[in-house]
Amino acid sequence: MFSFKAATGLALGYALTMSAAFAGELVINSDQSDPAPKKAMETLLEGFKAAHPEVTIKWNNFDHEGYKSAIRNFLTADAPDVVSWYSGNRMAPFVKAGLFEDVTDLWTENKLDDQLKSAVKSMEIDGKKWGIPYSYYQWGIYYRKDIFEKEGIAPPKNWAELVAACEKIKAAGMTPFAIGTKALWPTGGWFDYLDLRVNGYEFHMDLTAGKVPYTDPKVKAVFEKWAELVKPGYFLENHAAIDWQDAIPQFVQGKAPMYLMGNFAVAAMKDGGLKEEQIGFLQFPEITAGIPMAEDAPTESFHIPSGAKNKEDARKFLAYLATPEAQTKMNEVLGQLPVNNQSAKSNDPFLKAGFDMLANAYALAQFYDRDAPAEMAKVGMEGFQQFMVKPDNVDAILERLEKARGRIYK
Amino acid sequence: MPALSSTHINILSKVAAMSSTVSATSGFWKRNQQRLAPWLFLAPGMIMFSIYVIIPIFQSIWISFYDWDGLGPKTWIGLGNYAELLDDEAFYTSLKNNILWLVLYLLAVPAGLAVALFLNQTVAGIRLYKSLFFFPFVISQVVVGLIFTWFYAPDFGLLSALIKTLTGENVAILADERYVTLGIIAAGLWPQIAYCMILYLTGLNNINPEQVEAARMDGARGWSLLWNIILPQLGPATFIAIVVTVIGALRSFDLVSIMTDGGPYGSSRVLSFYMYEQALSEYGYRMGYGAAIAVVLFMIMMVFITLFIVRMLMRERHA
Repeated sequence: MFSFKAATGLALGYALTMSAAFAGELVINSDQSDPAPKKAMETLLEGFKAAHPEVTIKWNNFDHEGYKSAIRNFLTADAPDVVSWYSGNRMAPFVKAGLFEDVTDLWTENKLDDQLKSAVKSMEIDGKKWGIPYSYYQWGIYYRKDIFEKEGIAPPKNWAELVAACEKIKAAGMTPFAIGTKALWPTGGWFDYLDLRVNGYEFHMDLTAGKVPYTDPKVKAVFEKWAELVKPGYFLENHAAIDWQDAIPQFVQGKAPMYLMGNFAVAAMKDGGLKEEQIGFLQFPEITAGIPMAEDAPTESFHIPSGAKNKEDARKFLAYLATPEAQTKMNEVLGQLPVNNQSAKSNDPFLKAGFDMLANAYALAQFYDRDAPAEMAKVGMEGFQQFMVKPDNVDAILERLEKARGRIYK
Repeated sequence: MPALSSTHINILSKVAAMSSTVSATSGFWKRNQQRLAPWLFLAPGMIMFSIYVIIPIFQSIWISFYDWDGLGPKTWIGLGNYAELLDDEAFYTSLKNNILWLVLYLLAVPAGLAVALFLNQTVAGIRLYKSLFFFPFVISQVVVGLIFTWFYAPDFGLLSALIKTLTGENVAILADERYVTLGIIAAGLWPQIAYCMILYLTGLNNINPEQVEAARMDGARGWSLLWNIILPQLGPATFIAIVVTVIGALRSFDLVSIMTDGGPYGSSRVLSFYMYEQALSEYGYRMGYGAAIAVVLFMIMMVFITLFIVRMLMRERHA
């Protein structure tokens, strides 16, 4: 009797797990847990259902942070058909472990090399493409237009003007830059931009690829520029205790009128009570004259796990995701830029500014924690945070980063 | 054929004997019943314990000799991970913080005793006060962490506001490498004191009133009464309080994770958090290195666990 019960139980359990993946069902795992991305994803799914009514979709929406560890489990154990992830070095471990499907065929079939041109480099590993990018956003300095006008400061175009503006803001009793480094990554934006402007895109890519030592004088030069802002106290004091959202009130209250951030910060600033005309957007100013301007523009993408059961429909989904119509609709909700260059332009002033800046950019970096391998990014950004608290320790910090580089890139 | 069937029957009857009542035909079971029965009763527990505790310990030790990202192939590197640990600043920071935790966390024991003595009286509504004091232990460590994060928060936190009015300086406790670990331990002490308090309160209930009476007649008062009469009777409670506090200090993880995430720049890490960071966090996935840290932590715990077990065995023998 007992064994009979157990057997039925087992059979039932088996039937339950199997029912999760019958034919014609497309299982999508993603981490669009915030309101705007969730709505954007719903828009995308509706559009896909209209175009392919024969496919039923099962969408598992994960919490953003939990997803990062969950993906490792479900890719190896019970792979869905489509997953969201990040491009660049962030997807390298999965590609190297053979967990992502090569989708170069989708790119050639749909002539995506032209349409998704700006993201080609970040989706490519070993000459093959491993996913479809659908959205990206610009980084830059957001500033309080009203405060700049009141203080008579013109938006700075180069480093000297930026430093002068900071001086003026500080003299007026404010802290020039808002920042919260508790989660470490906001420091990566600063390092990226300073390195891109001081040494240029090629050097930055060599550095994040581990080809240049951190003790190189060129890296030291980046920190010297950074120190010009850190030492006079141009960043919020106690930034190490707060997250990026916690620094937004300082920006909204006018205590720190500049913020180097991704475009997603605008929504938070508006939620805080700022009107659109109070916020200005500024490309990170030139430092070394003559170096072509490259920008940070993290790209978001969908991929097919190599263990997917319904690869046919997954390919349909990715092909749909690549179309200009789908990307236009989705990014309108998301408040970001579509990667497909045939998408319709947005009316949002910040997205327009971002689009113009990125369209003319010399090259796009993904962001420090996506260009550098995860381990290096962690050690690196910890070093940046320490530097922003104790700028005099720069040599010790760079030694430590160099030691980590020697270990991580073998 | 006849020979075969007889052995067959023999086996069948043995099986029957094992699973149900003792059968007369079974010689083996009857002969060994006394020896086997305890093992049969122990088996479920032992199997569970080895699957969930013993085997994983050896697996961790085994993994610590490899370089492995959890997905790709494993590479044997022998003691490589341990050699790297010896040269790792972050490891020493974590070790130092762990020792700090161990020492300061033990303050919960005398503090808990003090609160318990204070609450061990018969006043109207004492039950309410007792539950209020016990409250921090009931709420989740995550909530404790958040409460203290806000308490310490620069600009709007109660404590930092207080410090500012007193000294005129704005101190961000969780962003300053000098104070951050102390700040987290203080947060951890809050529920731990409540825990020790409840242990002592139950201990105080069991105190022999006749002994106290006799001591009072002999003129014992205050400290000498506490030290010579009350405390010795609280021995078992003290022992448990120290055990749970030491183990609590060594496995401190939640508060570090919630309050600082190991920061600023890694200065509030403890071993368990560093292990998690290396092996399982967003930027980690060095299973071998994480396992090596876990092994070191295990060795440290083993010292204390052995001490406790030896003490317990000694007591049992004397009793």
